[in-house]
Amino acid sequence: MKMPIDWYLAVLLLAPVAAIFWALLVRRASAWVNLLAAVAVMIASLLLLPQSGTPQITADGFLYVDRLGAWVVLCIAVVYLLASLHAVDYLRHDPEQKRKPMFYALFAGFALAMLVASLANDLGVYWIGIEMTTLVSTFLVGYERQVESLEAAWKYIIIVSAGLSLALLGTVILYWGGSFVLGPTYTLNWLTLQAIAAKMPASLLRLGFFLALIGYGVKAGLAPMHTWLPDAHSEGPAPVSAMLSGALLNTAMLGIVRILAATDIAGQGTWPHRVLIGLGLLSVFVGAMFIVRQRGIKRLMAYSSVEHMGIIALGFGFGGPLGIAGALYHMLNHSLNKSLMFFGAGNAIHRFRTHQMKSMRNMVRALPRSAWIWLAGAIAITGAPPFGLFRSELAILRAGWHNNTLIVAVLLLVLLIVIFIGFLNHFRAMYAGGPEEPLPDGPAPGWLGVLPMLLALFGLLVLGLWWPPVLQTWFAGIAHSLGATP
Amino acid sequence: MLHFAVNPVVASIFALLAIGSLVLSFVMLGSRWLKDYLHAFALQSWLIAGLSATIAWVTGFHELYFVAVLTALFRGLVLPWLLLRILRRLHVDRELHEVVQPATALLLGALSVIFAVVVAYRIDQTAKIDTQIVTMALTVMLSVKLIGFLVLVIRREAVSHILGILQIENGIFLGSQILVPGMPMMIELVLLFDLLVAVACFGVLVRYLVGVVGATDSKALRRLTG
Repeated sequence: MKMPIDWYLAVLLLAPVAAIFWALLVRRASAWVNLLAAVAVMIASLLLLPQSGTPQITADGFLYVDRLGAWVVLCIAVVYLLASLHAVDYLRHDPEQKRKPMFYALFAGFALAMLVASLANDLGVYWIGIEMTTLVSTFLVGYERQVESLEAAWKYIIIVSAGLSLALLGTVILYWGGSFVLGPTYTLNWLTLQAIAAKMPASLLRLGFFLALIGYGVKAGLAPMHTWLPDAHSEGPAPVSAMLSGALLNTAMLGIVRILAATDIAGQGTWPHRVLIGLGLLSVFVGAMFIVRQRGIKRLMAYSSVEHMGIIALGFGFGGPLGIAGALYHMLNHSLNKSLMFFGAGNAIHRFRTHQMKSMRNMVRALPRSAWIWLAGAIAITGAPPFGLFRSELAILRAGWHNNTLIVAVLLLVLLIVIFIGFLNHFRAMYAGGPEEPLPDGPAPGWLGVLPMLLALFGLLVLGLWWPPVLQTWFAGIAHSLGATP
Repeated sequence: MLHFAVNPVVASIFALLAIGSLVLSFVMLGSRWLKDYLHAFALQSWLIAGLSATIAWVTGFHELYFVAVLTALFRGLVLPWLLLRILRRLHVDRELHEVVQPATALLLGALSVIFAVVVAYRIDQTAKIDTQIVTMALTVMLSVKLIGFLVLVIRREAVSHILGILQIENGIFLGSQILVPGMPMMIELVLLFDLLVAVACFGVLVRYLVGVVGATDSKALRRLTG
């Protein structure tokens, strides 16, 4: 059974490569070629999922496929497909059509870097993949070449590079720790790390974990290292924001989770978990505070991403099969939901020609086709039933509902209620507020601007009404591989 | 744990090169002239290349000679040359706005070295290592890193920020050469390449900043808040 998995991986990685070359060399119809690549990646990631039941190292020891990696790949593929659909419509309104092929080349390159990172076998290669995502996506954030977007791009690249240097230091420390066991020369991949974690000096393992947590935490948008995130997410084009928020943050979380698992297997006790819980709770708190008083529509979505990354961190921090399952389910739900929200925000920004929520009124009249979908998405993202995030947040809350972490779970619940009120209050104003004003003169989205929103909402509804049993066993398998005991 | 035996002469060569790199970090921290930073960075890279070559000679990891040549070439020549090109285009010679005085900056740098020493000793104790080379490598690695972060905080010019990040990477590179000389070659090569790409990206972005914002001073980048 070695053959098929190699084929799927080849499609997964070569489709974006082909899209990059097409966009750079042929320069025509690059949007559709990119979309084709996204469809290919989506199909390959779905086919990869059942193949990844037993962890496999392939491509000359370069790639590592396990359930967790395949799950993150699926999240990336979903967002890549939806964002590629939306980009076709979004960039119609771009004044500089000549730069479009460059946009799609970068876009596919961004997806490729994330896919490589989440499939990387080696900790060093994973770090390089994450670093490459930064370098590529900086130019996507600054794509509109306004003062604000360049400011965001500059802050993004500086803060994240500095942060990732901590993760690199962590990787070196872990490698050094491993060399106490395996001698000076070996390759440090995820399985090796799990195998030697218990034997390396405990202080080096802890130090490596904390450095990696801070470093990759910068990239994952955990507070207080989240400062680049609202700027970058709000100033890039909407499809890019969706990719940053729905796919990139999960990819960075993957590294944290895998090193956390190594500390668990080594019996490092609860300290790593407590730190992760602390960062997660702080992220939810920061998200809540900035959501309540937010003025820009995309910054609202960005702080919501900080909040949801905090919730995912809490899920992994609470640990156990339930916490891990909740966090993983939350990853996919958040990917779908945040894409929907950013697409809607992009449509509204084009229609009203502003980022400010106070100038967006009478949404239903202004955007008759997509307004209801966006509103449903807003309800979903605050964690209300019957959508997917309700289920995953409930699972995470239940995982935390123990004596040790009860206070955290209660605080989380309170903050979630604050966010529910704050977030939907902004939407109330945009949908119901204000006198009858003349309709704005910006362009309304075409059907391709609405279709990905509809698809995402459909997915959320299905995942909310029905948590497939096959996924439950799947998540249980991941929890087992991460060393969680029921 | 150190993976090779050192005699006193080699130990002093290591110490000389590592401490030299640390001193050059202080040069970057104390000066306000951007060209000084650039020269200090280039020299630091050369010292690190010398360290790699020494380690290759002592340990018999002969691929480190190759790494040394590439370090000298890329970090010592190509990167400074790229940055010099950016500097020429910017017509900026020095930091105009200082968050703290150079004297204060040097003092903060000294404090971070003390902190690094404490951390390094603590790591040595808990991991039961009693080689002074390791303590020194950890100290220099952490100090250069902290000083790099300090540069990021107290400098305002875009080029200073780039140099701050490059300095941080130099520190990690220096430490990893001593602590894990057997780290797979491929990783080190890709890291070098990655650095090159990073600086190219920084350069392009700086050009946009000049073109659109009209300044490379981070004081001009204050629109996005809240």
